[in-house]
Amino acid sequence: MKLNRRDFIKNNAVAAAATAAGVTLPAVSVAGDDGIRWDKVACRFCGTGCSVLLGVKDGKAVASQGDPDAPVNKGIQCIKGYFLPKIMYGKDRLTQPMLRKKNGKYDKNGKFEPISWDEAFKTMAEKWVAARKKNGPKGVGIFGSGQWTIWEGYAAQKLMKAGFRSNSIDPNARHCMASAVGAFMRAFGIDEPMGCYDDLEHADGFVLWGSNMAEMHPILWSRLTDTRLTKPGCEVHVLSTFKHRCFELSDNDIIFEPQSDLAIGNYVANYIIQNKAYDKDFVAKHVNFKKTPTDIGYGLRPEHPLQKAAKNPNKGALSGITFEEYAKSVAPYTIEKASEISGVPKANLLKLAKLFADPKKNVVSYWTMGLNQHTRGVWMNGLVYNIHLLTGKISKPGCGPFSLTGQPSACGTAREVGTFTHRLPADLVVKKDAHCKFAEKIWKLPEGTIPRHNGMVGKVAQTDITGKPMGKTLIHAVAMHRALKDEKMHCFWVQCNNNMQAAANLNEESYPGWRNPNNFITVTDPYPTVSGIAADLMLPTAMWCEKEGAYGNSERRTQFWRQQVKAPGEARSDVWQTMEFSKYVKVEDVWDEALLAKAPEYRGKTLFDVLYANGQVDKFPKQEVTDSDGNKYENDEMDYFGFYPQKGLFEEYRRFQYEGPKKGHEMAPYDAYHKARGLRWPVIDGKETLYRFRGGYDPHVKGGKDVVEFYGKPDGKANIITAPYEPAAEPPDAEYDLWLCTGRVLEHWHSGTMTRRVPELYRAVPDAVVFMHKADAKKRKLRQGQMAKLQTRRGEVVARVETRGRNRPPKGLVFIPWFDANRLVNKLTLDQTDPLSKETDYKKQAVKITKA
Amino acid sequence: MFDSGNGKGQGKSELSRRRFLSGVLKTACGVGLMGVGVGLYSEKASSLPALAIRPPGALPEDEFLNACIRCGLCVKDCPFDMLLLGQMGNGVAAGTPFFTARDAPCEMCEDIPCIKACPTNALDHSLTNIEDARMGLAVLVDQKTCVAFLGLRCEICYNACPVQGKALTLNYEHNARSGKHALFIPVVHEDYCTGCGICEKVCILEEAAIKVLPNHLAKGKLAGHYRIGWEEKAKAGKSLVTPDIEHKYNLPEGARYDHQGKGMIIESEGIGVDRPVDQMNMLRQQMEKK
Repeated sequence: MKLNRRDFIKNNAVAAAATAAGVTLPAVSVAGDDGIRWDKVACRFCGTGCSVLLGVKDGKAVASQGDPDAPVNKGIQCIKGYFLPKIMYGKDRLTQPMLRKKNGKYDKNGKFEPISWDEAFKTMAEKWVAARKKNGPKGVGIFGSGQWTIWEGYAAQKLMKAGFRSNSIDPNARHCMASAVGAFMRAFGIDEPMGCYDDLEHADGFVLWGSNMAEMHPILWSRLTDTRLTKPGCEVHVLSTFKHRCFELSDNDIIFEPQSDLAIGNYVANYIIQNKAYDKDFVAKHVNFKKTPTDIGYGLRPEHPLQKAAKNPNKGALSGITFEEYAKSVAPYTIEKASEISGVPKANLLKLAKLFADPKKNVVSYWTMGLNQHTRGVWMNGLVYNIHLLTGKISKPGCGPFSLTGQPSACGTAREVGTFTHRLPADLVVKKDAHCKFAEKIWKLPEGTIPRHNGMVGKVAQTDITGKPMGKTLIHAVAMHRALKDEKMHCFWVQCNNNMQAAANLNEESYPGWRNPNNFITVTDPYPTVSGIAADLMLPTAMWCEKEGAYGNSERRTQFWRQQVKAPGEARSDVWQTMEFSKYVKVEDVWDEALLAKAPEYRGKTLFDVLYANGQVDKFPKQEVTDSDGNKYENDEMDYFGFYPQKGLFEEYRRFQYEGPKKGHEMAPYDAYHKARGLRWPVIDGKETLYRFRGGYDPHVKGGKDVVEFYGKPDGKANIITAPYEPAAEPPDAEYDLWLCTGRVLEHWHSGTMTRRVPELYRAVPDAVVFMHKADAKKRKLRQGQMAKLQTRRGEVVARVETRGRNRPPKGLVFIPWFDANRLVNKLTLDQTDPLSKETDYKKQAVKITKA
Repeated sequence: MFDSGNGKGQGKSELSRRRFLSGVLKTACGVGLMGVGVGLYSEKASSLPALAIRPPGALPEDEFLNACIRCGLCVKDCPFDMLLLGQMGNGVAAGTPFFTARDAPCEMCEDIPCIKACPTNALDHSLTNIEDARMGLAVLVDQKTCVAFLGLRCEICYNACPVQGKALTLNYEHNARSGKHALFIPVVHEDYCTGCGICEKVCILEEAAIKVLPNHLAKGKLAGHYRIGWEEKAKAGKSLVTPDIEHKYNLPEGARYDHQGKGMIIESEGIGVDRPVDQMNMLRQQMEKK
């Protein structure tokens, strides 16, 4: 902006006058905003995937704004997003690696002392190689994150599966989306929702099955609200175990007894069948019917009485049935029975069923942790798909089952890259030998490198560096904590999340495992979190836009950003740490002789040489990063390694999408994403896909929009799978007489590591309070604002009673958010999981409450 | 010594002539020393600073100043330690209790210990339900900086309001700029707002856009002659004057006229003639019912 001399004097005079009066003027034509470099960055919080414009000046993020050109948020943000730049500038950022030491040496009971990266990785490598040699593939483990950037997840997965020959890698998405994944795979043979956010404008009915979208997906809720307000006939149905903000908009309030959503889901299907409201043609052409084993336990330790009592613990193999047999299986779920089990008035159940049964209404189902964190999570997800498949309300605008992800890249990294113990990139699994062989080909590894789920290549056992057969290799997140406690795993590396605070049953499982003197725990984080403090080695990381990154949101939208600022001190990004650490491990340290003999060229090499300097990851030479305006950006990893690691990793990953045995995951070339406000995959010939499995919309389906093909399954048909109501693991009893449900609030992100360091958000919601019914409080001689002691069979926590405000539990249930490091709510929770998805159920345990 | 206490002691606490004289002397001395300062101070003491709020149940300011004996017991008994005592420099009559919402608001204890502690009824003992307290009134003073008006999902004041859904509600509006989002506008209802100040405390702006003001500053006053038509009608349960006649219209086939409702309805446009405004009103009514 040009100022002439006259304006300049005038402005200065005004400014001077204002200063004298103690008023601060907004930066209008004064030179305040000059020299700010603006660039787009994806928001770092929930799975919505809002875009932010970040303003950088003199190497510091000084300004931000919602990105008005982003189709997801059109310039709007939630209050966490408003404070994004502040999350990087907490006073206690870690800037050096810190190791527990005594007398100059590592000591489990020593105090944290700053060390060099070289010492950090040398110490780690020694421990890791020893543990790997002693205990086999499960001796070491990485616990990652749906907050990893795409390449951070990909690099870590490669390090474990190809380098350490271990399937001990799982993301915190295990606590979050695993049930949705399990159910998508069972029903459709391919992961992730078929629809997209455009459904928010195209639906006539919205059903929230277990999601406080008003607080947890604020911008999507804003779109849903707008549609509800402006579209005639639009209805919102909200199901939950307690009243929350979404009920403000609800046309049908359904408060159900915990776990009874299973009965409600079956009732809706039964109603549709009884009233012949199902789409006969669609069902005949596109659906198979399957039966699931029942009485499958609660994913507890095998010696737990509940596990022993189960007839078919952890069983999920499906058998084919007919439509009639399926109809018979849901027939017991009459409106009377569903109402009796759930405690929901019949009129409300009927209203819900009628919405789905109305052929004129487009209906989309949304859910988050209510359905996923459920000991029958895969079943419950499946019941929702069943309803959409029966009615044909799927894979078209305004219709479909849509799981909302909690994390910014639960889809992009955890699910699409497949950083789970059982997965490989692009929906491949280690259970399938052909998938492993394909991955070995892409990664230039000798056949049999990647551990199969059962440690067998065909009929031949895979031999391990221990000299023994590998045996079963899969180990999920909850099992990792158990293995640490049982000393089956000795080394654990937590990246990009706070699992000591987040994992269930802290007292009995997490803490004893982490502090076991024979275990070595590494935590990579920007701040000294509860996990960091409980670890032996803390590694400082570059967060969010301190590195070049990419996330994938809930609607299959992949978004990239450039590095905007430098991380403080010696903090280095997760991808740098993973790759650099691999230089400290030799192939001979972790591969057996028989495998090495198949690839003699790898003898004497480090894992870095094999995994990252493989001619693919290091393919793109160091270059200058610029935007279309010619602004320059740093890339600290590229500077260090001498090649463009983010691009190399991404382009190698893309080969899984284009050359792999499973189609439908195709992404655009690397550079395309730096130009776009995200692209929704599959992206073929530069065109994005809004609705999958339907002709006209999905390039993989030939024909017009009447053609549907669920191509994830060999016969193109999706599965409708039976799932009965089965009770919860730990219902309230005479002593522990209340249900305890845990969750989140709008103001804080997960464990509060970032948002609790933003003074404004901390002031707004400083502590976790326990929301309870006034009558329940009174019964315990408790009043609003008093301190209460929450006790379960595993631990206790003290929190202030809240009988007012945003969450209104019914009598018999209390809700407490888990963001607060001062009251570790997971001391209370039970490490119960869905036996199929292995996802933790944080929503249902018994608690007793007394005056503190 | 600096309390304005005029009339407070009349007939009740008699001052001895000696004490009265010495008091006057000290005051005169003080005036001599501090000059203009005291003049300013005594002026402030009679008009509370705009951001100083009295505890729940406080009598109207003049009566309160007369009744409060500056004992500090309410301050001592506040379990949240948020009450302060007036002293030199903060503009509040010395020894009288008050709070500043932005720093520490009233947490609205159900048992109202501050009132129980008050020995003189300066904090009115007949107030037993804290939701009946009227310490002040929250006012959304700046719609330009309140991020809700920009379409951001904040609502922190609403989420924190102890009388949520009554004292503070959200008005949903269509965001015409983005075209597909809603605005969630906080609205204060003075029939329910207790003036506790929690909304002001939690406002995430550098300067709060919502502030609690003493009632005499916050409240407008409708002209005494004016009545609100629809409220009077609702109160009476019928029209105050003869109801309107049944109207008849010249209309083509397929058209109706709903005189007191939607106006002209063209049947061919189906039942979907609800306008967004109707939808929003319906929603508001629905929420109020809840």
